[in-house]
Amino acid sequence: MKVPLSWLKEYIEITLDPHEIARLLTFAGLEVESINFIGLPQPDQLQNQTSIYGLEWDRNNIIVADINKVEHHPNADRLVLAQLYDGEVTHTVLTGAPNLFQYKDQGELAQPLKVAYAREGAQLYDGHNSNQELITIKRKKIRGVESYSMACSEKELGISDEHEGIIVFDSDAPKAGTPLVDYIGDAVFDIAITPNMARNLNILGVARELGALTKTPINPPTTNITISKSIQSPLEMPKIEIAEPELNPRFTATLIENIQIKPSPYWMQLRLRMSGMRPINNVVDITNYVMLETGQPLHAFDYDVLRNRSETKVPVISTRLPKSGEKIVTLDGINRNLDDFTILVADNTGALSIGGIMGGSDSEVSDDTKNILLEAASWDLINIRQTVTSQQMQSSQAGYRFSRGVSPEIAASSNHRAAEMIRSLGNGKIIHKFVDKYPRHYVPNTVKLPIGEIQRSLGVDIPTDEVVSILIALDFTVEQKKNILHVTAPSHRLDIGIAEIGIADIIEEIARIWGFENIPETQISDLMPRQENNTLLEKEEKIRDILVNLGLQEVITYRISSPENEQLLHPIENGPYVHLANPITPERSAMRRSLLSSVLECAQDNLRFQQRIALFEVGPVYLPELSSSNEQSSLPLEAQRLSIVLSGQRLSLSWINNRVETMDYFDLKGIIDQLIQTAHISNYTIDVASHPAFQAGAVARLTIDGSQAGLFGVLHPDIASKYDLREYPTLAADFDLMAFVDAMPDHYSSNPIPRFPAIIEDIALIVDDRINNAEVVASIVKSGGATLTKVQLFDLFRGEQIGANKKSLAYRLTYQSEVKTLTDKDAAKLRNKIVKTLQKELGAQLRSE
Amino acid sequence: MLESLDTIKTTALSELQKTSDKETLRLWYSKHLSKNSPLIKSLRNLSNVAPQDRPAIGKHANHIRNVLEEAYKERTHDLHQSIASTRQKLADLDITLPGRSLNRGRLHIATQTLRRIYTIWADMGFQIYRSREIETDELNFELLNIPLHHPARDMWDTFHTSTPGVILRTHTSPGQIHAMRANAPDPIRVILPGMCYRYEQITARSEIQFNQVEGLAIGTNIRFTDLKGTLTDFARRMFGNSTRTRFRASHFPFTEPSAEMDVECFLCSGEGCRVCKKTGWLEILGCGMVHPAVLTNGGYEPNKHTGFAFGMGPERIAMLKYGIDDIRHFWGNDLRFLEQF
Repeated sequence: MKVPLSWLKEYIEITLDPHEIARLLTFAGLEVESINFIGLPQPDQLQNQTSIYGLEWDRNNIIVADINKVEHHPNADRLVLAQLYDGEVTHTVLTGAPNLFQYKDQGELAQPLKVAYAREGAQLYDGHNSNQELITIKRKKIRGVESYSMACSEKELGISDEHEGIIVFDSDAPKAGTPLVDYIGDAVFDIAITPNMARNLNILGVARELGALTKTPINPPTTNITISKSIQSPLEMPKIEIAEPELNPRFTATLIENIQIKPSPYWMQLRLRMSGMRPINNVVDITNYVMLETGQPLHAFDYDVLRNRSETKVPVISTRLPKSGEKIVTLDGINRNLDDFTILVADNTGALSIGGIMGGSDSEVSDDTKNILLEAASWDLINIRQTVTSQQMQSSQAGYRFSRGVSPEIAASSNHRAAEMIRSLGNGKIIHKFVDKYPRHYVPNTVKLPIGEIQRSLGVDIPTDEVVSILIALDFTVEQKKNILHVTAPSHRLDIGIAEIGIADIIEEIARIWGFENIPETQISDLMPRQENNTLLEKEEKIRDILVNLGLQEVITYRISSPENEQLLHPIENGPYVHLANPITPERSAMRRSLLSSVLECAQDNLRFQQRIALFEVGPVYLPELSSSNEQSSLPLEAQRLSIVLSGQRLSLSWINNRVETMDYFDLKGIIDQLIQTAHISNYTIDVASHPAFQAGAVARLTIDGSQAGLFGVLHPDIASKYDLREYPTLAADFDLMAFVDAMPDHYSSNPIPRFPAIIEDIALIVDDRINNAEVVASIVKSGGATLTKVQLFDLFRGEQIGANKKSLAYRLTYQSEVKTLTDKDAAKLRNKIVKTLQKELGAQLRSE
Repeated sequence: MLESLDTIKTTALSELQKTSDKETLRLWYSKHLSKNSPLIKSLRNLSNVAPQDRPAIGKHANHIRNVLEEAYKERTHDLHQSIASTRQKLADLDITLPGRSLNRGRLHIATQTLRRIYTIWADMGFQIYRSREIETDELNFELLNIPLHHPARDMWDTFHTSTPGVILRTHTSPGQIHAMRANAPDPIRVILPGMCYRYEQITARSEIQFNQVEGLAIGTNIRFTDLKGTLTDFARRMFGNSTRTRFRASHFPFTEPSAEMDVECFLCSGEGCRVCKKTGWLEILGCGMVHPAVLTNGGYEPNKHTGFAFGMGPERIAMLKYGIDDIRHFWGNDLRFLEQF
């Protein structure tokens, strides 16, 4: 919300600098996000601690001036020459401002036009540039007439975006020559108002906060109203009926007759624009002005429209829920199908407005409007919010305020305030007494606050008289009964709850005004809870560390994907998805079921820039068909997975070895071997598998502790090319992380460093091609027993010498005993046993040397 | 016999001069001095020699053996010297040439930041409690004192799933309820890390998914002063020992009083820079005393228990610490970005 300092000062006498005000408000929970200095000099940035911007006006060069005469330009239709008096001399000022054309060639003006005048050398914003670009006014000739100064628009002065014409002040503006900054120089605070502070969505509310923070009383605006009792009105007051008092606790209306619709005075337009609103006409502007001032949204109906809709010419206005199928065309021109919960203001003919949010176009105030029915009502915030959401009317200022809570207590006074302004600025009359239907009266809320509660929550002992004085400054009434403060909230404090919630609400108020910076810092002295391991997380992090140590880069991808994305990898097995009801794009429409799919996309994105891609991700997939344990059955299982993708060169280019080696299945297998080994997983098997996403024969299944951990292997070239991974083979693994985590032992034993020397020998075997390495190793390990401590495959060979469908496997065997030095004899015995077993079980032959 | 021994000697010595490295030396040794070599064989087979010749031949053969052994040692030494001098020459090469390339892996910067946060909180006795990402509206909002249609809901733009009442969590706060219900009425000191989701456009400053680390301390004597002290301790550990903090009043429906904690900008030491928008301060986390309604919903008694909670964004912290200007880099996973950390 934008709050001009000059407006604040109408209700509170305050001499603090703008940045000091910003600091006070910010620390009290009204975060001042920026200050726009309009003309005023800006403070040193650092002492400010709030973001600031704005244009400073040179006191000597930017001043108030009088235009006394407007003449046509000899060579240009779209320019005029203004005779302008700056308090010392008269200048001829060239301008194209359309709002001066009406005065062209009318001779000396009866009353001078008060304008903002920039002398030669003044710095302003370029009015024709969409950005705020500074220019300095210089002497030049425009179509044969010399120009060296100008009358300014609001945009040129950095007040608003308004550049339709030059500023023409109200006639009571100060005399020519007055520095402009002394007249309308201002500082506009942009304040972020949190939902609990809806009471401060208005200038008066901010003034009230400032009053409490500085212990300064505030002067609320007058709500006196001038009623013309002696005049007979040709109109009758409407009848008001409230059908849903819970949704519409109060409805007030004033009839203002015989008014003139015209632009509102400049001072009001200026304030509205500084507050971010667009001036329309005096009636609409006043409703907005009073809403910004007090927080009460108002609505003006063209009363003659209402009368004409009524047979008796006495409108009966009711607030009610819509009839089935009822529609309304709102001010923004939209024909709306109404929800059955939306509260309407209606007459016997039909809907007039959506209560508290937006008027209907039928009864809108127009230039021809003569009589106004001014509404100030209160509405149920939840109900208003439902309609705002359902009808997408978030841009409605009234809806915004009512959906956050407006006290019913301010409806009447705000109605008076606005009605009186419309009467006086629209030259109208108020003849009838206003109507006030108030079926659900506001009930004051008293909270019993035990004094000790303050220290129990805040940890600081604030003197009770301080507490009382803070609450009184915030308009609470306080009565102390022994150790309990009976605190009654003022009517604008709809945010104060009851019982212990009310207590917390009030303690927050005390802390806020006392100042968080005045509350000391302590270390927790409360009992330390029982400390435990988080094995699951620790093991997950351990797996991350292992993979990083193996040279893989961790990635974290979007967990919101789409079935279409994942279909690239899983053309057939598309299980059920957790779909989003409101996705931001079709590509992110459902929670992923495949982690590997995400990591492959990531590989694809990196392909252009990298020679080597070695990625892994640990993260969840979302499986709605499996509900998670101990949870409501409607929630999907979030299953942690591990995916690895390798593609490209084994090592980056080097002068030492500049052969390009491409990663293959065994790079991935090496990583998986190391992962299993480092994780101390012992009970696992790796078997041949098949899967359409992988190349046939080059995919393996990892089984840990009897349960399937997942697949790894060479991605099928057709699938890989869908991810543009064509240049190199792509190696991929997709595992259930829990298979690893569950199998990782909490404890494992280490072995002593051997005391006795080892005997190392090599054996070369010829076996049938169908026999795999794992089978051979298993046989060797089994027959080798405890003395065989290591088996390393160091050669694999196929060729004519060996014979068709045969291969030669060479292993280096390490024999070592924990109890003695092995002899050649021991080794020979063991070797014999191993070879015999291999011959018997696998038909292996020792290859002769 | 003696002549043939001399031939062996001459041949062996001449061949020794032709050896050039370890391997040729080994072969030479095996040919001339191993147990199968003619010289050693002849020594071993002295019994075949006429008894009167034995001493002379034995002596001569032993002499030759010693000569050859000696020559072998010398040659070995010389060859080592020459290998060493070759090494010397290698060392004269351009020492600034790049070393052999190695493949180094890295944790994602978000994980690195999370771990840093874990460590600091673990030192202060806060344990990690993780909970699910797809949540009910009840856990994500209602039990956290954010009723349906309440204006406070505007603070979160929510992804809804096609199952009514099931949403992607907008913050890690539902974990507060899980943790409380698992522990009530015992004291709690936990942090709740994890991925959260917001219905937003993806821009340089906003993301649809982000990590959050929330903290929760509940006991019978946890006060606002403890909140300030504990979070200032955290800030010093995270941003440096001279870090100053300030607390501003704010609003979160699940805490009261609520505050925002700023730290003095560690990039400009509070002088004012581009990152702190020239204010000298950086907004780091939101915090507050646990709201009585939330305590009740978690199974605690507000008139007996108090607590504080806080929440921070690891990616935001990383952005500030490393001058990352675009939040999209995190899940973009461009290796040229990730490899910098």
